[in-house]
Amino acid sequence: MFRKLLINLGYQTAALLLAFGLVSLILLSVDASPLDAFRNMFTGSFGSLRKFAEVLVAFVPLLLVTAGLLVTFSAGLWNIGVEGQVVLGAISTVWVYRFFLESDLAPGLVITLAILGGMLGGAVWAAFAGILKVFGGVNEIFGGLGLNFVSTALTIYLIFGPWKRPGVASMSGTVPLPDQFSLAQVRVLPISPTALWIAIIAIVLVFIILQGTYFGLRLKAVGRNFRAAYMLGIPTWQYSMYSFLICGALAGAAGAVQVAAVYHRLIPSISSGYGYLGLMVAMLINYQAIWAIPVALFFAALNIGSIQLPIQMKLDSSLSGVLQGVLVLFVLLAAGVRQRFTRKV
Amino acid sequence: MTQETILIGLAGVLASAAPVIFAVLGETISERAGVINLSMNGTILLSAMGGFAVAYNTENIVLGFLAGMFIGALVALIVAFASITLKQSQVAVGFVLALTCRDLSYFLGNPYMGVPGPRLQAISIPVLSEIPILGQLFFKQDAITYLSFVFIFLAWIWIFRTRPGLMLQGIGEKPAAAYIRGANVNLMRYVYTVIGGALIGLTGPAYSLAIRAGWMGTISGLDGIGWIALAITIFGAWSPLRGAFGAYLFAFLQWLGLVLQPVLTTVPSQVLQVAPFPLMILTLLLVNIGDAEWVERTLAAMPESARKFLAKLLRAMRASPPAALGVPFERD
Repeated sequence: MFRKLLINLGYQTAALLLAFGLVSLILLSVDASPLDAFRNMFTGSFGSLRKFAEVLVAFVPLLLVTAGLLVTFSAGLWNIGVEGQVVLGAISTVWVYRFFLESDLAPGLVITLAILGGMLGGAVWAAFAGILKVFGGVNEIFGGLGLNFVSTALTIYLIFGPWKRPGVASMSGTVPLPDQFSLAQVRVLPISPTALWIAIIAIVLVFIILQGTYFGLRLKAVGRNFRAAYMLGIPTWQYSMYSFLICGALAGAAGAVQVAAVYHRLIPSISSGYGYLGLMVAMLINYQAIWAIPVALFFAALNIGSIQLPIQMKLDSSLSGVLQGVLVLFVLLAAGVRQRFTRKV
Repeated sequence: MTQETILIGLAGVLASAAPVIFAVLGETISERAGVINLSMNGTILLSAMGGFAVAYNTENIVLGFLAGMFIGALVALIVAFASITLKQSQVAVGFVLALTCRDLSYFLGNPYMGVPGPRLQAISIPVLSEIPILGQLFFKQDAITYLSFVFIFLAWIWIFRTRPGLMLQGIGEKPAAAYIRGANVNLMRYVYTVIGGALIGLTGPAYSLAIRAGWMGTISGLDGIGWIALAITIFGAWSPLRGAFGAYLFAFLQWLGLVLQPVLTTVPSQVLQVAPFPLMILTLLLVNIGDAEWVERTLAAMPESARKFLAKLLRAMRASPPAALGVPFERD
């Protein structure tokens, strides 16, 4: 057991080193110092309390998305449509806010309703992908991708159409919502503790559902072997739908947080790509909920840290994406090498 | 609108479909062999950037296209190695590469943003280009568009009319049977995935050196093309002819969106540009729905005449993937 853990750790470390090595070579190829780049990224994310709060701002939606994806992955589904589910969560949240714009309800209640509305919106969008899969035979990858594009179109339509700013519509988004509709922040720091709690409760709940409940066990049975699960009397397609709905609701919550705690309006890139990034996190942690928090935090730190690259070194901030991608790739390859190795022995 | 502008528009449709056709053909060949290359969206961006950078630095447009093919082949080789040799999930590896290559293209392409570079010129084919209508449509294009016409038929002939093509179908449908007949299944899968990747790698330069010359980073408008091509591959039922038809249909719809814009002023232009995507979901639904159990049940309950007609319609639209798509082959 201990030896197995050690070997596992060895492979992960090797993958990490290879990833950093390859990215260093890429940096050298553009005449940039890898050490400078990594140092800038580190100080850009952990250098000050404010920077770290910004990392947490990115960490919240990323963790929510990852938590949701762990459920669909357990059911054997590749919910690539999660990106659109985040967007629809944001759209629904803004819609609820606009609905209560003139009402006398307490702001706290409106915020709660808006976040619940966002979760509902995400779940409905995920249900589309689920219905296409279950009743239409459309692979969730292709249905989801199509729905992602539609959700982007919907955002742009709302920003330039019905929800446009009075006067001139622009890519900067819709009219900002009133201040009392924002989730409270920690004094001058941008992070909202409520949002952080929502994300942490979500991942803990997902962990408990997957590890400690009969529902989670049956969900995994469906994911491992759909036919065998059906033979055992598990209502398979219903379980597929449940997993889509749970993931959609959590992705919707991520979108809701993006509106209620970060942007306070609808912008074209409201999802910030956290849906796709969540897929990477889920792959990197090999679909184990227990690792979600540290890895999501690491990825969020890379995203925020890379903002310094164009400022300090005139490099493109997409380097964080390259590093994340190369890391996941090497972990996948290392898993393959290891399986091949152990099979021969 | 005059006949002349319509003709120019339709000729533009044929040209703007060309890059998508290379991607669809490449993916078709790869998936026919049983390997899904999900990296396509990133491959196209990276080959667009790399092809432009090479053509710009060497001042040789052909080298740019070759560089694009090389990048495509290299990415496909990673997919093949991870999925065939290391038996990892093709979807996982492909998806990671799709994102990584995209970000890599933005990172490495930064110095080339908005730099004016070489561009492929249209070549009028003598005599043929003088034919009314057809000449304007088919014989006043650039070299890469002509190549797209040729490749559609080459791919079709190879898959459906040659012995190696028959074997290609075999390793995607029944690899065990193909193995017994003497095919080295895994080697053939490597070869076809890499060839398919090289074709996909032509897509990028076909944009950055011809249709939308230059590299514009995140605003190149190329992000997403790969996912569309993936959907068109399915719509095309893994046939080069039907796939090419899908690519032309897509390009036509985009053009139609542009043309209709002044007429439908109430619809924001951004919405018309994405009109193909809901249609893409709809077509995917139509080609797949015939396989759903509830559809069969409903059909069985229908009166004879309606059932026959609907069943025929569904069968005509249906597209079933190669049976062993995504399944690793083991010799025992």
